[in-house]
Amino acid sequence: MRYFLRRVVFLVGTLWVAITLNFLIPRLMPGSPVQAMMAKFHGRGQINPHAAQAIRIMLGISSGGFFHQYLQYLNQVSHFNFGVSYTYFPYSVSHMIGQALPWTLGLVGLSTIISFAVGTGLGIVAAWQRGRRADGFLTTVSSFTSTFPYFWFALALIYGLSFILHWFPLSGAYSGSAVPRLNFGFVWDVVRHGILPSVTIVISSIGGWLLSMRNNMINTLNEDYVLLAQAKGLHERWIAWMYVARNALLPNITGFAMAIGFVVGGSLLTEIVFAYPGIGYLLYNAVINEDFPLMQGIFLIIVVCVVLANFVADLAYVLFDPRVRRGTSV
Amino acid sequence: MSVADQRKLSAEPLPVVRPPSPLADIFRVLWSNSKARVGMVLAGFFILVAIFGPLLAPYNPNDTNFPFMLSPNASHWLGTTQSGQDVLSQLIVGTRLSVIVTFAVGAIATVLALMIGLTAGYLAGWVDEILSFLTNVFLVLPGLPLLIVLASYAPGAGLGLIILIIGFTSWPWGARVLRSQVVTLRTRDFVLAARLAGDSRARIIGREILPNMLSLVMANFLGSATYGLLAAVGLQFLGFGNPNQISWGSMLYWAQNSGALLQGQWAWILAPGLCIALLGMSLTLINFGFDAISNPRLREDSE
Repeated sequence: MRYFLRRVVFLVGTLWVAITLNFLIPRLMPGSPVQAMMAKFHGRGQINPHAAQAIRIMLGISSGGFFHQYLQYLNQVSHFNFGVSYTYFPYSVSHMIGQALPWTLGLVGLSTIISFAVGTGLGIVAAWQRGRRADGFLTTVSSFTSTFPYFWFALALIYGLSFILHWFPLSGAYSGSAVPRLNFGFVWDVVRHGILPSVTIVISSIGGWLLSMRNNMINTLNEDYVLLAQAKGLHERWIAWMYVARNALLPNITGFAMAIGFVVGGSLLTEIVFAYPGIGYLLYNAVINEDFPLMQGIFLIIVVCVVLANFVADLAYVLFDPRVRRGTSV
Repeated sequence: MSVADQRKLSAEPLPVVRPPSPLADIFRVLWSNSKARVGMVLAGFFILVAIFGPLLAPYNPNDTNFPFMLSPNASHWLGTTQSGQDVLSQLIVGTRLSVIVTFAVGAIATVLALMIGLTAGYLAGWVDEILSFLTNVFLVLPGLPLLIVLASYAPGAGLGLIILIIGFTSWPWGARVLRSQVVTLRTRDFVLAARLAGDSRARIIGREILPNMLSLVMANFLGSATYGLLAAVGLQFLGFGNPNQISWGSMLYWAQNSGALLQGQWAWILAPGLCIALLGMSLTLINFGFDAISNPRLREDSE
């Protein structure tokens, strides 16, 4: 129970820091949102000085003190009110995010689970075969693939498999002519569009899981209970999976915390290359149009998703580690 | 020990080797590790190219006098760009900025991680509680989106600002690993002995604790450097930083924006990406060597 409370406090604390950062960054940086918006309209003729006041009201920037603004911001955010998007006016930021989020959750969620499962499995194999050829091959290849820039690997895949071989569509999440309907044709279309982005994320992130699992395994292999299991004459594979891997998995589950942020960042770039209509592509459009409310809303949503994923990983930890469950020695 | 301490393998107490091994000793162990040896040779190659790049490049990288979008051929091994620059020359000259970003980010992140990790780990108590909480929070915050939000408020800024932004957001990982190492070292006998002998806090940290975690610090430096390389390239690819400064990231930005792939100039995209992956890999390979130093179980000859 104490563990659970700690995790909840951490969850709330992290969200609070993210929201506060989001509030502070625009105010610490030179220039104001109003100036940014004025500059955006400047090319389209003369602006009335009174326009600044109008824009300020439209963007919901109160003239109150710093602390007052902060409280107001907290209140807005807690109601998922991130203001109006400059680019997609008159749509609200929440509306735009709502449109894009399911695509990202589907793509990144699935790819991360695949990558974690396969990477961890291969890490177990590499550790068990350590010093032999399979290990050398797996570790060298994965230290190479884990330093691929995501977007670069995505470009290479597009060039080879879509542009030259025409096996997969070039971009998007479904064909322009397809009607979004829940039938086999449309689902197949979505899957076909999702394969390359997904392969990009899996290949670029799998190395990290593999390498850390291999290290955990090698540490666990030297434990006395492994020696005992071997002395008892248990089957090699049984020892590897039931004795060593189960214990080595624990740090990897929490390593999830550190990796997921990196994977999300990489998948943003992947979406941009594939023009995949998710959060990353939306963020890219927000950036090139200097759409600050949209940018900040997206940042917060990403943080919320990542923090929640972490929270779930922490709870899963309890399932795997009885010591935490009983609240002993931790 | 709290849950946070047990989270990551590298945060586990590591066997400590006394007396502290001098740099030459570290190098010898690194060199005996075949992976680290390959990594050091590769990284050394990139550093040499970074230093002597302008001398090695066949043409001036800004020279726009060549035909546009040439595919690789005998006089332009990697072809030309959409404004007629030689890609190979850009790649060679651009190595310098990319290598600088890599190591500068590594250095900034490691210094910050050391300061925070040492303070939290050695002082313990409420200072530790607060610093550890902050570390964990920033560890969870996704890096690239935060970088994008930060960088978008400083459009057109040069690579210097990019380095600072990345450096100042990539310390938490190291801070946590180093902190837990300090926590295990703090209670060792030799630290107690130094304290009883009346050594000052600064001296204990500098003379007793720091030398014993040198390999961990170096591993952290390499990890942060790899991260810095990838993060900077990602930001540059999105158009942040100054696209007119030639580096691997800005090359990819221009290549993507002028549709290099669709016009068949694949070498323009392939080459910088490959260099990034190779430099990153060389640092990861060297890290295998440092893993082996700080954790003898991972040593190759211990099989």
